[in-house]
Amino acid sequence: FVRQQYSFTRKKSNHKQTMSDNLIGIVGQDYVILAADSAQARSIVLMKEDEDKIKVIDDHKAMAMSGPSGDRENFGEFIEKNIVLYELRQGGSLSTKAAAYYTRGELATALRSSPYQVNILFGGFDQHGPSLYFIDYLAAIQKLPFGCQGYAGYFLLSVLDRHYKENMTLEEGLQVLQICIDQLKTRFVLNTKDWVIKIITKDGIRLHQGSNSNE
Amino acid sequence: MARYDRAITVFSPDGHLFQVEYALEAVRKGTTAVGVRGTDTIVLGVEKKSTAKLQDPRTVRKILKLDKHIVMAFAGLTADARVLVNKARIECQSYSLTLDDPVSVEYITRYIAGVQQKYTQSGGVRPFGISTLIIGFDPDGTPRLYQTDPSGTFSAWKANATGKNSKTVREFLEKNYTTEGVSTSAGAVKLAIKSLMEVVESGSKNIEIAVLKKGEDLKILEEDEVDVIVKEIEAEIKAAKEESE
Repeated sequence: FVRQQYSFTRKKSNHKQTMSDNLIGIVGQDYVILAADSAQARSIVLMKEDEDKIKVIDDHKAMAMSGPSGDRENFGEFIEKNIVLYELRQGGSLSTKAAAYYTRGELATALRSSPYQVNILFGGFDQHGPSLYFIDYLAAIQKLPFGCQGYAGYFLLSVLDRHYKENMTLEEGLQVLQICIDQLKTRFVLNTKDWVIKIITKDGIRLHQGSNSNE
Repeated sequence: MARYDRAITVFSPDGHLFQVEYALEAVRKGTTAVGVRGTDTIVLGVEKKSTAKLQDPRTVRKILKLDKHIVMAFAGLTADARVLVNKARIECQSYSLTLDDPVSVEYITRYIAGVQQKYTQSGGVRPFGISTLIIGFDPDGTPRLYQTDPSGTFSAWKANATGKNSKTVREFLEKNYTTEGVSTSAGAVKLAIKSLMEVVESGSKNIEIAVLKKGEDLKILEEDEVDVIVKEIEAEIKAAKEESE
């Protein structure tokens, strides 16, 4: 008898990851730093250098997203409105984990019909403190102390392994982030000179650097 | 399974929709709610039904947020309100997602009134047994207060009341509402509490006040904050009575 073989295929052509969307996330003592490069490019042309890729969802949650801007903005707004709706109904705040898992769930549901090509670093501050979740476009999720999306990871995961410490102060965290950004400037072939950096603490979310159009 | 398609709300020979009128009766039996529109502050006040000893009072909420900037109170069937509020909350987010703008107070009022009307002209359903008071600031900063009722009509008000003894409260508001009086936040809150005190046992235990100031989040006053104002009002009434004697 013949044993049937099932093979899984993924259409490589759908994989239209944009080249230089780089995201960095760092969890510290009482904060999460989310950084996203602010370049928006089409092929070889730099369309915009002050794009804000970090969507603020509520007072204490934000997600940095990479991918084609249509998917990024569409998915980001969709998640934001649904989380706001949930919190209005519930009369409180969702935990970061719950919101991150909800987001991943939506990516997973759409994956096998009309997938969103967004990679996410989901940061938040709740009663359990600061936390960061890595969610990729295939809807994999992982809680991490630090994370990268895009080509940045190839360069920076080792840099972060070297320099990251648990419970860093905000100053130390920003120093580590600067080391990361400088590394990309030195070694990454594409332009990542402008960044939008947002810091999430128990007091809310503030813009640390860059232009802000995504509140 | 047979579908419910028989209309329940139908005209009577003399042009009445009895189901709608009965729904208004249900509203008249509900706990009082009052709304006062000031210049930069809008106030909602509700009569707090005395809760059973073992009941957690925080779970009996009659003032509900529809969106970050829109709040509503109601009189009538609490469960019906829950359904309507749920629909309104979804509509607020859906509108904001498509239009990238928060809803105006009039839009969401029109939506809620539209839903209430639909339920007077659909098969197998009965009207919602609630009247709502919806407050909020439009994106351009204008304060708004709207009322809807089971028939699906809505209108804008400077101040209004609904529920038990709403006529008394409304008459009090008509006599005592002045634009200068409500130009301050304290003035608007005081008027709302004063009007409620006409029909509700005085004391913070029986009154819940929600204050919406322009540019700020909704604030539900603590019991002791309400107590302070109630005592102020009682002292004023006493002083006025002594003067007239």
